[in-house]
Amino acid sequence: MGEYIAIMIAAITVNNYVLTKFLGLCPFIGVSKKLDSAVGMGLAVTFVMTLASFATYLVYVFILDPLAITYLDTISFILIIASLVQLVEMVLEKFSPHLYKALGVYLPLITTNCAILGVAQLNIQLVQSDQYAFGFMKCLLNGFASGAGFTLALVLMAGLRERLEFSNIPAVFKGAPVTFIAAGLMALAFQGFDKLVKITVN
Amino acid sequence: MSDFSKGFIRENPVFGLFLGLCPALAVTNQAINGLAMGVATAFVLVGSNVVVSLLRNSVPSKIRIPAYIMIIATFVTLVKFVMKAYAIDLYNTMGVFISLIVVNCIILGRAEGFASKNGVGKSLMDGLGMGIAFTVSITLLSVIREVIGDSKMTFQMTLGDLTIGKVIDLSDFMRTIGLVDNTGEVANLLIFILPAGGFIAIGLVIGLFNRFKNQLPPLEDEEEEA
Repeated sequence: MGEYIAIMIAAITVNNYVLTKFLGLCPFIGVSKKLDSAVGMGLAVTFVMTLASFATYLVYVFILDPLAITYLDTISFILIIASLVQLVEMVLEKFSPHLYKALGVYLPLITTNCAILGVAQLNIQLVQSDQYAFGFMKCLLNGFASGAGFTLALVLMAGLRERLEFSNIPAVFKGAPVTFIAAGLMALAFQGFDKLVKITVN
Repeated sequence: MSDFSKGFIRENPVFGLFLGLCPALAVTNQAINGLAMGVATAFVLVGSNVVVSLLRNSVPSKIRIPAYIMIIATFVTLVKFVMKAYAIDLYNTMGVFISLIVVNCIILGRAEGFASKNGVGKSLMDGLGMGIAFTVSITLLSVIREVIGDSKMTFQMTLGDLTIGKVIDLSDFMRTIGLVDNTGEVANLLIFILPAGGFIAIGLVIGLFNRFKNQLPPLEDEEEEA
């Protein structure tokens, strides 16, 4: 039980996908202007990350590993992720047109989100390293918690940016540059979590 | 020629269009890491641009995105093989970011936006231009980060059994111009080679880049429209 809690805490704080690992930066800069779109994007990414962890783990354990073709992981994982995102898009369009319209163009962009492929590859690295006895449940939990950490960072940044709108920022720094500097300060704060839990591949 | 040169300033992928940010921040803590990532990305970009352009009339439109992703993923797997065989230290340092070249928005963006609509020669030039522009951009970023954060420029890597390149140590230079703290050690801003500093460094560089970009004369076709 303690291991599962440690994985959750690590994925949200120590190994935060945006602020520590630099994954998922394009939506972090692009979508974090408004709080509601940030929350929507974060939830969509969390959902896809969990599904991707689920599917890629099964493919690794039942197809890639037994046939000793683990070098095909990049190709097979990205194909799975692209198909998953297409599926999520179709399901959302049918069952929740409101959410589908709200997410708009961001949904297909999740395919090229480094965080999704990142979580799939990092899960497999943890499985291969045999250090933490990573199995199916831990991979799934890691995917979900990493998405939660991503959502947290996105929401914090959206809150910051909504306030930055009212500040006097020099013209050349408006938009992306000041967002990056704010992100740097957030990353500095998150670095305080550094030795809290250790789940990394050596 | 403009296909080749537009990537440098007007449509700079990292500082202008904010594409390829993940590798631009994650692997730029040392000069050689940035350079190697740039070269790897440029190779995948050129290769996939050429292949996509060759196949542009054969791929059905409905499945073109997954098809392009497959082509890009194949080139990335090639790069992984070569790096794992000949540059294992770099492979271990860059870790998962080599695989993440697949989802680098630049490559899919150029394949979808340019190579699928233009001939092989033009796509090759476009890929080469964007690839070199990306390499120059992130190498510049990594040099800035490493000089400020560690007062050296590491252009050294292990290729097979050899160690090629050199480490340019700037700590003597920094001592002579007086950048030392109380104990006489060189005053490095260590934060710049940490994740937080990566964000701050790229924010400052983009701000500087915007200043420089606004001073450029407008393009000819922009003047015609106005």
